[in-house]
Amino acid sequence: MTKEKRQITIFLIFSFVLLVIPFSLRESYLLNVMVFIGIHTMLAVALNLLMGYAGQISLGHAAFFGMGAYISGIFTTRFGLDPWLVIIMAALCAAAIAFAMGFPILKLKGHYLAMATLGFGIIIYIIFNETVNWTGGPSGLSGIPNLKIGELVFDNDFHNYYLVWIITLGVMLLSINLSQSRIGRALRAVHDSEVAARVMGINAWVLKVQIFTVSAFISAMAGSLYAHTMTFVAPASFGFNFSVELVTMVVVGGLGSIYGSFLGAAILTTLPEFLRVFEDFDIIIYGLMLIVITMFMPGGLISGLQLLSQKFFLKFKAKADKGA
Amino acid sequence: MLRAKNITKTFGGLTALDDVTLNVAAGSITGIIGPNGAGKTTLFNIITGIYTQTAGEVYLDDENISFFPPETLARMGLVRTFQNVEMFGQMTVLENVMVGLHTKSRSGFLSCAFKLPRQIREEKLIKEKSIRWLEFTDMTDLAGMRADSLPFGKSRLLEISRAMALEPRIILLDEPAAGLNSRETLQLAELIRRIRELGITVVLVEHDMDLVMDICETIFVLNLGKKLTQGTPREVQENPAVISAYLGVS
Amino acid sequence: MDNFRQLTQYVLSGLSNGAIYALIGFGFAIIHNATGIINFAQGEFVMLGGMLTVFFLVFCGFPLLPAIVLSILIATVAGITFERLAIRPLKDAKPIRLIIITIGASIFIRGAAMLIWGKDTHALPAFSGNEPLYIAGATIMPQHLWIFGITILVIIFSRLFFNHSIIGKAMRACAYNAQAASLVGIDVKIMVMLSFAISAAIGSLAGIIIAPLTMTSFDVGIMLGIKGFCAVIIGGMSSGLGTVLGGLLLGLLEALGAGFISASYKDAIAFIVLLLILFLRPEGLFGKKETERV
Repeated sequence: MTKEKRQITIFLIFSFVLLVIPFSLRESYLLNVMVFIGIHTMLAVALNLLMGYAGQISLGHAAFFGMGAYISGIFTTRFGLDPWLVIIMAALCAAAIAFAMGFPILKLKGHYLAMATLGFGIIIYIIFNETVNWTGGPSGLSGIPNLKIGELVFDNDFHNYYLVWIITLGVMLLSINLSQSRIGRALRAVHDSEVAARVMGINAWVLKVQIFTVSAFISAMAGSLYAHTMTFVAPASFGFNFSVELVTMVVVGGLGSIYGSFLGAAILTTLPEFLRVFEDFDIIIYGLMLIVITMFMPGGLISGLQLLSQKFFLKFKAKADKGA
Repeated sequence: MLRAKNITKTFGGLTALDDVTLNVAAGSITGIIGPNGAGKTTLFNIITGIYTQTAGEVYLDDENISFFPPETLARMGLVRTFQNVEMFGQMTVLENVMVGLHTKSRSGFLSCAFKLPRQIREEKLIKEKSIRWLEFTDMTDLAGMRADSLPFGKSRLLEISRAMALEPRIILLDEPAAGLNSRETLQLAELIRRIRELGITVVLVEHDMDLVMDICETIFVLNLGKKLTQGTPREVQENPAVISAYLGVS
Repeated sequence: MDNFRQLTQYVLSGLSNGAIYALIGFGFAIIHNATGIINFAQGEFVMLGGMLTVFFLVFCGFPLLPAIVLSILIATVAGITFERLAIRPLKDAKPIRLIIITIGASIFIRGAAMLIWGKDTHALPAFSGNEPLYIAGATIMPQHLWIFGITILVIIFSRLFFNHSIIGKAMRACAYNAQAASLVGIDVKIMVMLSFAISAAIGSLAGIIIAPLTMTSFDVGIMLGIKGFCAVIIGGMSSGLGTVLGGLLLGLLEALGAGFISASYKDAIAFIVLLLILFLRPEGLFGKKETERV
């Protein structure tokens, strides 16, 4: 099996499993958790394109998520615009802001970049809180309509599951394609050695701004979906803590791996559910996970899984060879 | 073909290059030598747009490229390698060379994400060409290896194949023989000659005198940021100023 | 007259907050100069200072001075432990990993503080009472004087330390060129550890002296930390005096902005200033431009 065929097979199996889950998982609560995992996967993939591939950190990505959510919320509740139209508008709007901000921000490197994105994220967060007339302020914005296609209204977990996961799988597929193309190689080149990448004719600055823009576009789209599935948004979901949680998802799952982003999103979304008994333990565990994974498993959990499956595969093969 | 005119570069109060002028003839192999700290790599960094000079100009075929960034120079056909080898360590050997074809391909974000037919065709072409450049340096058997697991000598060769994939008109090699054993150095000399036979101008900074004297037609000698002399290998070898600079006698 | 009194009031509170930002900024600069790292956990040392003092003073019933000294000691040990366990093993890692690890540490310390002391906000009693003093028509709390006094002392002391003591000079040598420093027999590892220790000590001190005015809780570290970072960015990493001026400037801008424009956007001011400086003059208002290197 060639590498390409193997990848297609993996993606098809992955999609198939996700798309049949609702038939075996009738419990609405679990489906609801899965919807969140889908939205978080989309966000983690978006951030991973920037962090894992281009090697540029953002501590303010919750801002783009929030922009999508609020633009969708505001324009559908106050102006009654078509939700689907607003989703595209919101994503384009966040992308435009990312593009404009990207030029000065991505001139900065390393720790300075981290602080600048953090500052940007908090400014946007303050705006969500303070423009009460538009956003409803800290108490939030409610009454956001569900999405619908013709007669089909996405108003229960079963419907939302398919809405979110079909889009998420699409985003994952496109990101995988992108990461294996000349653009993906250029991004990884910038990550490994910016100066060598430039000598190879890659305009590193512009490329970073472009991927930042793409990343904001996807994040805003996730935000819009979040607003329409929750029908309620409040600023607390888009603060610094959530930006850090997104970074944690990407790092824990695996920098530079699209499936890793899914794994990270799944773990961080379900962790608080498991930790219900030990209330408030989640924050300290996030911290520990970040430290331990960064120190001992820079490829994230997905690299550990890959290693395991390779070992298993080799063993299996050895056995099969013996048998034959 | 390549001219650096009256280049001066200061770092803080320190003068690294003082009024240095360099002429490289098209199709030649030109060497830049000098004791440590002579400013050779600084000169390279200025020519390739990584540093900006304090004063002076650089011309490529009569076009003033003094303030062009490296990515623009790459598109104009000027490429370089690095003294301490700048690999894309997390990629395979083949992918490294494929990055070299970045300027030769044009698929954008959308056609890459949606795998449009044109992009698939282009990708195939990139791969074929890259394999050919790996053949050029005799590295095809290493194509699938991660670049950061290559032995040092091979990573130097990979850097050269990657640079060649740009199909440059002029290539600048920063100490290509450093860290190579004598057999590898001989192969390198042969490789540099083959590069020149393709009509590509070669400039190299090098410490290995035997190599420089063997392959270069013109040699520039820098010392303490100033040009000491220039000439054929024989002229340079017999120049008393060069000898005293290297022996440290003033 | 009323306006004038209000203005002096804003200026006073701005300057005292600014002094705190400057102290926190110092902590950032000391670690940055020694290692090139921006320590995202810096704010947590500030939090630790305040919370530990509250703990020893209010819950354990220690007298003020021993409570303060003990708190600073514990925060310093936390700084050293952090350096030893998480930073040293990753010495040559790429910035992105170092950033993530200091963020991880900051979340961890914050989480631990929350588990130990809960989510409540605590007040630390003022060092010498709450009887306001009147200066030029404005009221000033004795705590403000403590803040100014201690900040000035720390600045003088650190100037003496870095310019005149052997260890201080050795630390500066490491910051300038670690390789050269190790060649002349300076133990760079010790110096890096020392920079974390000093930085944690100064940070926790800042957290202690501000706690009587602003209250303290497990999560005050984020904002205070970031504002300290703003101070050092405004002033420039390379300039000690610049950091002080940067902190004071930021404190003033915030107080005046909150007073005359809008209190709800007070925090935004710091971040807008931060972005503007990073975009327009990343070396800081008072710092020297670093020479380019590859």
